[in-house]
Amino acid sequence: MNKTLNRRETIISAIIKTCGYSAVLFVILIFFFLLREGLPALFEVKLGALLATRWYPIENHFGILPLITGSLIVTMGAMLVAIPFGIGTAVFLSEIAPRWMREILKPLVELLGGLPSVVLGFLGILVLSPFLRVFLDLPTGLTALAGALLLGGISIPTTVSIAEDALDSVPQGYREGALALGATRWQTIWRVTLPAACSGVLTALMLGIGRTIGETMAVMMVTGNAPVLAIKLASIFHPVRTMTATIAAEMGEVAKGSTHYHVLFLIGLVLFIISLGVNIIASSVIFKSKKRAERVLS
Amino acid sequence: MKRRFPVDRFLIQRLGVSVITLTALLTIVPIIGVFSYIIAKGAPALSWEFLTAMPNSGMRAGGILPAIVGTFYLTLGTAVFSVPLGIAAAIYLAEYAKENWLTRLIRIAIINLAGIPSVVYGLFGLGLFVLFLKFGTSILSASLTLSIMTLPVIISAAEEALRAVPQSFRTVSISLGGTRWQTIRKIVLPQALPGIITGVILGLERAAGETAPILFTGAAFFLPHLPGSILDATMALPYHLFVISTQVPGMPIQIQYGTALVLIIFVLGMNLVATVIRSRARAKRQW
Repeated sequence: MNKTLNRRETIISAIIKTCGYSAVLFVILIFFFLLREGLPALFEVKLGALLATRWYPIENHFGILPLITGSLIVTMGAMLVAIPFGIGTAVFLSEIAPRWMREILKPLVELLGGLPSVVLGFLGILVLSPFLRVFLDLPTGLTALAGALLLGGISIPTTVSIAEDALDSVPQGYREGALALGATRWQTIWRVTLPAACSGVLTALMLGIGRTIGETMAVMMVTGNAPVLAIKLASIFHPVRTMTATIAAEMGEVAKGSTHYHVLFLIGLVLFIISLGVNIIASSVIFKSKKRAERVLS
Repeated sequence: MKRRFPVDRFLIQRLGVSVITLTALLTIVPIIGVFSYIIAKGAPALSWEFLTAMPNSGMRAGGILPAIVGTFYLTLGTAVFSVPLGIAAAIYLAEYAKENWLTRLIRIAIINLAGIPSVVYGLFGLGLFVLFLKFGTSILSASLTLSIMTLPVIISAAEEALRAVPQSFRTVSISLGGTRWQTIRKIVLPQALPGIITGVILGLERAAGETAPILFTGAAFFLPHLPGSILDATMALPYHLFVISTQVPGMPIQIQYGTALVLIIFVLGMNLVATVIRSRARAKRQW
């Protein structure tokens, strides 16, 4: 009996171990397939032509700069929304709101995180962009600004949830000490609690931004899809097109194995590398903390 | 020496607290607005026919049955692949793995999987499942793509649930002669089950609402019939909402809001189930 038991034990251990490594395998597989389909683009299009300012695949113009600047301007706009509002809400929930209010509001904010981005994009088309068009007197409301506002909203649940955890895990004694020394509640928040939770709050922002760069559907629906170089400040009021939206919009109609197809995979490779970088930096902070799983989840 | 009056800092305190409260208000009110707006606009469109009929007149009339069924199939398909794999991986991390560089590598990989843009998953699915393995644009390809995307959520949640089971439970089982696997299967897993189920549902919820990964792996613009096998392409709620709000001119606004509402009910209903399971399990917990 012991022998069969042992054999079963060994087999099951082996299976579980293999599954344990699966995450590593998948990251490698994803990287491999992006390389396999994306690298040929570097041989088919000269590097100079890739780094040009015109994206017009029908006439073989594959300049990806407009797409990169499009992603950047939308992401930066989203950060300008997410940083004050995300951190402000987190501070409010953790330091100012009474306990019962936090118990209601935090799940509510996290509920927004569960909302499919296509629904936000849909509201962006029907509500946000008409409003922006009339309010700012623009020729079209489908602009980088609309994308930035939506993306800010999309990254807020992540930012709030993780930043609130970080603030919440600052020992109560820090606050009591500051208050005992005669600091006001505001001084305690600004000079003691926030600095103490700094690494967690930064992680929150990083992961929120990571989500922003990769967001596809909402951005594709509201940014107007015009691949023009967006380097001026006023570009925020014009239509742009991000890297993610370009892939999503064009991959469906492209011939497999064509140059256009390879270039789209190359853009995917760039996105993959960016998210790898963001996450490795953010996770080096995460490893210092105990609430690891919650961070991946939120 | 310059000296500030105490009044000064109390003024700042009042200002600071007001600003923070204002930002919180400006964040939370739109969230409530989004949900109530969709519910108010979408509710009139909901009817038995809308939920159970096929679309007709170029999707401008009739129901959205194929999209609902499609999303159900995709969620189910995702569960079939990602749940066993994710739970096994979590068992490995929580019960078997030693803290060494290899385990750290696995954790970094999981965090990275969680952060990869969804459209990149779509590209990967296209490259591996649709073209290389020749599954075509099908429910199978889309489910596999979505499962890999869901995996990090399930692994993290399940690992957390397994780790929450007190060490003494394992010690007692082993001391009674149970093997490691017996201990895991009969003692640890049942105790961790509610937490694992919650994580699984939250992961699947995300899969159900995603559009980008299925764009080129299995989503169909329009199908006159329900998918017959896992090698058929399928309509899906999120993709359908995208299509009718951007690609079809002259789409009645009511159908659009109705579809958005059904999608939200589908997704947030799963969320609600997860929350209920979690809170009930907490109340019944034995430790």
